[in-house]
Amino acid sequence: MSDLAIEASGLVKVFGDNRAVDGIDLAVPTGTVYGVLGPNGAGKTTAVRMLATLLRPDGGTATVFGHDVVREADAVRSRVSLTGQFASVDEELTGQENLVLLARLLGHRKPAARGRAAELLDAFGLTDAGDRLVSKYSGGMRRRLDIAASILNTPDVLFLDEPTTGLDPRSRNQVWDILRIIVAQGTTVLLTTQYLEEADRLASRIAVIDHGKVIAEGTPGELKSSVGSGSVHVRLRDAAQRLDAQRILATALNTEVALEADPVALTACISGSDTDAAERAARALAELAGGGIAVDDFSLGQPSLDEVFMALTDHPATQSDEEVAA
Amino acid sequence: MSTTTDTKPASYTPVAESLGAVLAAGEKPKRPSALSASITFGWRAMLKIKHVPEQIFDVTAFPVMMTLMFTYLFGGAIAGSTTEYLQFLLPGILVTSVVMITMYTGLGVNTDIAKGVFDRFRSMPIWRPAALVGMLLADVLRYVLASTTIMAVGLIMGFRPEGGVVGVLVAVGLLVVFSFAFSWIWTMFGLLLRSEKSVMGVSMMVLFPLTFLSNVYVDPSTMPGWLQAFVEVNPITHLTSAVRGLMAGTPQASEIIWTLVAAAVLVAVFGSITMRRYNRH
Repeated sequence: MSDLAIEASGLVKVFGDNRAVDGIDLAVPTGTVYGVLGPNGAGKTTAVRMLATLLRPDGGTATVFGHDVVREADAVRSRVSLTGQFASVDEELTGQENLVLLARLLGHRKPAARGRAAELLDAFGLTDAGDRLVSKYSGGMRRRLDIAASILNTPDVLFLDEPTTGLDPRSRNQVWDILRIIVAQGTTVLLTTQYLEEADRLASRIAVIDHGKVIAEGTPGELKSSVGSGSVHVRLRDAAQRLDAQRILATALNTEVALEADPVALTACISGSDTDAAERAARALAELAGGGIAVDDFSLGQPSLDEVFMALTDHPATQSDEEVAA
Repeated sequence: MSTTTDTKPASYTPVAESLGAVLAAGEKPKRPSALSASITFGWRAMLKIKHVPEQIFDVTAFPVMMTLMFTYLFGGAIAGSTTEYLQFLLPGILVTSVVMITMYTGLGVNTDIAKGVFDRFRSMPIWRPAALVGMLLADVLRYVLASTTIMAVGLIMGFRPEGGVVGVLVAVGLLVVFSFAFSWIWTMFGLLLRSEKSVMGVSMMVLFPLTFLSNVYVDPSTMPGWLQAFVEVNPITHLTSAVRGLMAGTPQASEIIWTLVAAAVLVAVFGSITMRRYNRH
């Protein structure tokens, strides 16, 4: 046995004339969180559905713990759990009924299924909501129930398709905490996300996907160093001072400074370690003040998915959305 | 995809100990048998009825309406009296009503399968057809409920089956078996068609000719030859004859066998198309 939980090579899925997944290779080490990062329509969901045996690949192969996802689908199914992008729980049943139903389907007898459901509701803070229909749950509660359902039998691999999309920050943090605990117990997690921050916080390796292809792969550190570890956003009070500000920032940060469409805004990507980046940003801010340039807003943050995509592909991540809008 | 919420602000904090404990406790039991998985899915359908009991209107109110309407509409004209006509019509109305409500299976599959929870079901190591078989098993209960309603209304209106209790029970049993088999047509359409509306449209296109172009309402010998030819091969005709015979105390073995063979063919053909679709969905 290799120490890889999931291995995919040349995975392809075609819908009509759309190559949704166009030759993806993945190698997910056992016991880690692996992030698949990409914009809407990049092929993340399709790839996960193939790995979870829900879709048959049109080309390439994939194995989960050495079991082929097509030929040994049942062996794969007995080791994985899936939490889909749209909550994979039954809205027309109560939370408790959902868990009992799934526990029964996994082979627990009725009393054991009830006990298991009660334990999980408790661990996920849903005991009070257990008798309510899931359609009345908030997004965060639904997601928690969904994850609870996924660990009824502790899975060896847990697929999570955009687990925090649409959640408020508090619920998102809860999901992150839950995932860290699950991974600490030895489960391998494959997570898709649109947020670099999420992948950075949770994943030990990240694959960036665009148009059905992996365009970059590595640890969050490697990925960020290729993109820049931080991105500085500045908004000036006076648009007339922008060229001066650009010159000062470029010197202070020692990098290229871009002018945005907004006539008072500038951005720059800076590389180096996080503390180093913070120091340089602080120095740059001081120099702007010294140069008599009034700043309305100054921020140092992680590069957004858009910036990662700009750096990796020279096109923005939201391109496909704009095409739809146009 | 948060839509509704009536909850107080989430005060939940994941605790490593309690989560760790439930994870460690997640031992894997033996996978359930095909039958037990199907029954569990049947239980799921029952729970849904429990939460929204209105949904059994279609198996109670609709058949009552059909029985009353057709008896008093056609009774005088066709048989001279409504009581006379009822003896002929009731078994047929029973067949028509139950076969008609099988189409709700297709609607159910179509709306259900589009939901995320089916992704979970299909990623679990269970007998693949279980989800659909379970839904159909629950529908069998609906068919029994509809049959009971119609028989009760019929008896009140003056229907007197010569076949007695046993005849009626066997007749209903045969009807339910056939309807279960017939439902696979709708699971297929439920998976094939993209919207609930189109499933409804196709159901009507199939059901109206099948139920009306049969021996349910009138004696086929009054029809033109080409129509008689169709009525002759229509499985609903054979089912109706079988049910009539059983209820009248004059069971016709050939019609019963014909019906059972038709049921087996329906499951073999539409059941396998359904499963192929379901696996690829």
